[in-house]
Formats: sequence, C-alpha cells, structure tokens
Amino acid sequence: MIKVVGLRKSFHGQPVLRGIDLEVPTGTITVIIGRSGGGKSVFLKHLLGLLRPDSGRIEVDGVDLAALRGRGLDEVRKRYGVVFQGGALFDSMTCRENVAFPLREKTRLSHADIVKAVDTALERVGLSGIGDKYPEEVSGGMRKRVAIARALVTEPEIVFFDEPTTGLDPVLVNTIHSLIKELHQRSRFTAVMVSHEIPEVFDLADLVGMLHDGRIVEIGPPGAIQSSQNPIVRQFIRGEPDTESQG
Amino acid sequence: MAEPPLSPALRPIEGLGRWTLATVDSLGRFGAFLGLAVGAIFTPPFKLWTLLGRINYIGFRSLLIIMLTGTFTGMVLGLQIFLTLSRFGSEAFLGPAVALSIIRELGPVLAALMVTGRAGSALTAELGIMRITEQIDALTVMALSPMRYLVAPSIVAGLITFPMMTALFDVVGIFGGYLVGVELLGLSEGTYFGEMQTFVSMADIMTGFWKSVCFGIIVTWVCTYKGFHVSRGAEGVSAATTQAVVLSSVLILVWDYFLGTVLP
Repeated sequence: MIKVVGLRKSFHGQPVLRGIDLEVPTGTITVIIGRSGGGKSVFLKHLLGLLRPDSGRIEVDGVDLAALRGRGLDEVRKRYGVVFQGGALFDSMTCRENVAFPLREKTRLSHADIVKAVDTALERVGLSGIGDKYPEEVSGGMRKRVAIARALVTEPEIVFFDEPTTGLDPVLVNTIHSLIKELHQRSRFTAVMVSHEIPEVFDLADLVGMLHDGRIVEIGPPGAIQSSQNPIVRQFIRGEPDTESQG
Repeated sequence: MAEPPLSPALRPIEGLGRWTLATVDSLGRFGAFLGLAVGAIFTPPFKLWTLLGRINYIGFRSLLIIMLTGTFTGMVLGLQIFLTLSRFGSEAFLGPAVALSIIRELGPVLAALMVTGRAGSALTAELGIMRITEQIDALTVMALSPMRYLVAPSIVAGLITFPMMTALFDVVGIFGGYLVGVELLGLSEGTYFGEMQTFVSMADIMTGFWKSVCFGIIVTWVCTYKGFHVSRGAEGVSAATTQAVVLSSVLILVWDYFLGTVLP
C-alpha cells in the first residue's frame, strides 16, 4: 500500500502541495485527476522520489520514501515501473532496445531470455513488428505503448502513469486505457495514474482522487466521484468554464 | 513575522549578499557534481561499451577539425615566426620556435577549444534534451544512476581523448610549420627538425600533456554539468549550450595561465 500523509511542497515560497493525504490500496488503479497546474505531476514526482517534500510522509508498504536516499531509495524504485508523459524513451536506442534496457541493466537474464521477454512485452502492447524502429520513427500512440511495454517488462509491483494519453486522439485514448486495464488484470500491479481524461478514466479506475489547489479535495470510487456534490469536482468533470477567471 | 523592508541605502548590500550566496551555492553544486561523477567512475559494473561510444563521440569525430586547425595554426606560426626571425638572421630557430609554441601552449589550448566547440556543445545539448524529455528521470526511477551511465563515461573519455587530440594537433601543427618553413620559404629540412630536437625537452611535452589532461576534465565536467541541469525547455538547452562553451573556453584560458606558472 502507498500511504501519503500531510505532504507539503513549495517552490520559491509558492506552495504547490498544501497537505496531501492519500491511501492507494495494493492491487488497485488509483487515478488522480485535476486541472492543469494543480500539482499532479509534482505529486507524482514525490511518489517516484524525484522530489523531496518540505514536510509529510510517503510510505510504500510502511517504508518512508522521504527519509531514504541513494541505495535505500533505489531498493524501493526497483519495485516501480513508470510511464512518463512523453514516453521518455531513449532516443539513441530502437524500441526493442528500449524495452530490453531495464532487463539488461537490472537483471541477470540471458540474452535469449531477454529477447523472449521483449518479444512478449511488445506483443502484449500490439507492437510486434516495430521493434527495430527508433522512437522518432513511430507515432505518438506507438511511443506510449512502447513506454508501457518498457515499464511493465520487469513485472513491477507498482506502476505510475503520468498522463499516458495526453495528446492522443479519443480512439487511441480508449485503446491505451483498455491496454492498461488488460495488463492490470493480468499482473494485478498497484497503479497510480495522473490524468485529466474525463470521462474515460472512470471506466479504468478503482479509485479516483481530485487534486485541487495542492490538496486532495475528494477521493472515492468512480461512481461516487461522478455523483459528487463538491462544486470543484462537479465543475471539473463536467468541464464547466471557470467563471471567476472570466471576470 | 515578516521582516521590515530595508532602507534603499542598504539594498545594494543585500543584493551583493544574495549574489554571493547564489555564487557559493552554485560552486558547491558544481563541485559536488564532480565528486559524484568521480564516485560513479569507480563504481562497478564498468560500462566499457558506453565509454568507447563516448571516446568515439568526443575524440574520433573531432579528428578532422583537429587536423585542419592544427595544420593551419602551424602554417601561420611558421610564416610569422620565420618573418620575425629573418630580421635577426635566426631563421634556423624556426623549428624549435614552432614546436615549443605548439607543444607547450597552442596545442593543448586550441585542441581543447576546438573539441569544446564540436563535442562539448553537443554533449550539453544531448544531456539537456535528455533532461527535458525526462530520459534522465527515466534512468533514475529505474534505479540506474544517470551519473554512471551518462556523466562518468564522458569525463573518462575526456581524460583519454584530450591528450590524444593534443598530440595529434602538435604533430600536424609542426608539419604545418614545416610546409611553410621548408617547402615554401626554403629552410633546410635538417635545420628545421635538427634544432627542434636540441631545444624541445621531455618537460615541454609533459607540460602540454598535463594541460590537456586538465582541459579534458574541465570541458567534460562543465559541459555535462550544464546539460544535466537544464530547465525551461528548448530555450534552456540553447542557453545551457552557450554557457557551457563560454565557461569551458574561459576556464581553459585561465587554467592554462595557472598551469603555465606552475609547470616547468
């Protein structure tokens, strides 16, 4: 289980996270929704150990991430798989080499086993034929799927998705979501996803949390969030214009 | 409780204090970065193929520019020194004058400046793009050290390739001087090379060698640091690349002066 307690972070005196409390149960898909600039990516970077909080705790199965450095932090990260917003594929490597990279560097598998695992991973995301192409030679949707294959090839216990469908057309959004759901059913990893794909994420998530102004203002099953009476949540999921900013 | 505003007369002092703190802070980060990189160099497993790739990137791909600039530097030196020496009837010393100038000063400095312009800037841009496209973060969250994969091989490659590039620059530079002095201006070949052997000592060669080693560290250190800490997208990459080249070039010249006063 991932447990976040009182997480606060400021940049140059400007508070971005104002005390986040959140519990992500093991084996579930928890989606954090919220408006752009609301601190979703900053929050995710804290879960990944890329940023350190000003105060608060981030516990992964009881281990406080904020208190760890160096090898201790790497031990937790070995259980992670991460799909970055832009894919973050290594552009000097082919798609196949990208997927093979964590296996080659983090495991003692033989070359034959790595080839087999990479073939399986690419097949699962429907990209058997494009392994020898470089990331710049494939479409945005394919890049996201290669990134998902790379994140899952080591069979991580916890997978983070940072807006995995940003910039994709609605068909591809649903394709990626279906793929994530299918892979989750197969591997039962714990997933934390940051997204603002409304309403598509409601079909995917076990829990949805709304991050607004540096706080989780509401969290619950998709049905409860969809029928929420909280005006901030209602405005976001209905896509209503911001009347205050219109002056 | 908020601090009361400073009087206008004290604001320049406050500004100076802020600037000093920022400078000390950034120097500390700069030093810590090198410390981490050196630690990564000696942390197994060693990435031999990555190192060979970096040697190719920094050294082999700079061969043409080094040969071109080395040859013309030697030719210019040959011409200018010959014209100066001929006023005193001392043309025989052309060989040693060209060789000493190139081996002690111009070889290490110009080779380093050329490699900075070609490979150093590319190194910064490459790392900067990896930073803004989250490729460095991807390595980090895979529990793989970006210092060990990206920075350490570049610094070791700099240590290996800069002395080699300098040696090549020296050889083609002396050959450039030969082309002008012997082939063009009629000095005898024996005089050009014979006097060179008399006046150029091993200490001169070692001076150039140690300079090139230092420049190898400085250039790769500065360029990887600047690339590693890029922010603000494409504009940030552009700014970091410019800063890396300017700072490396300035440090090469400053360090050259200090080494010139210390080394025999």
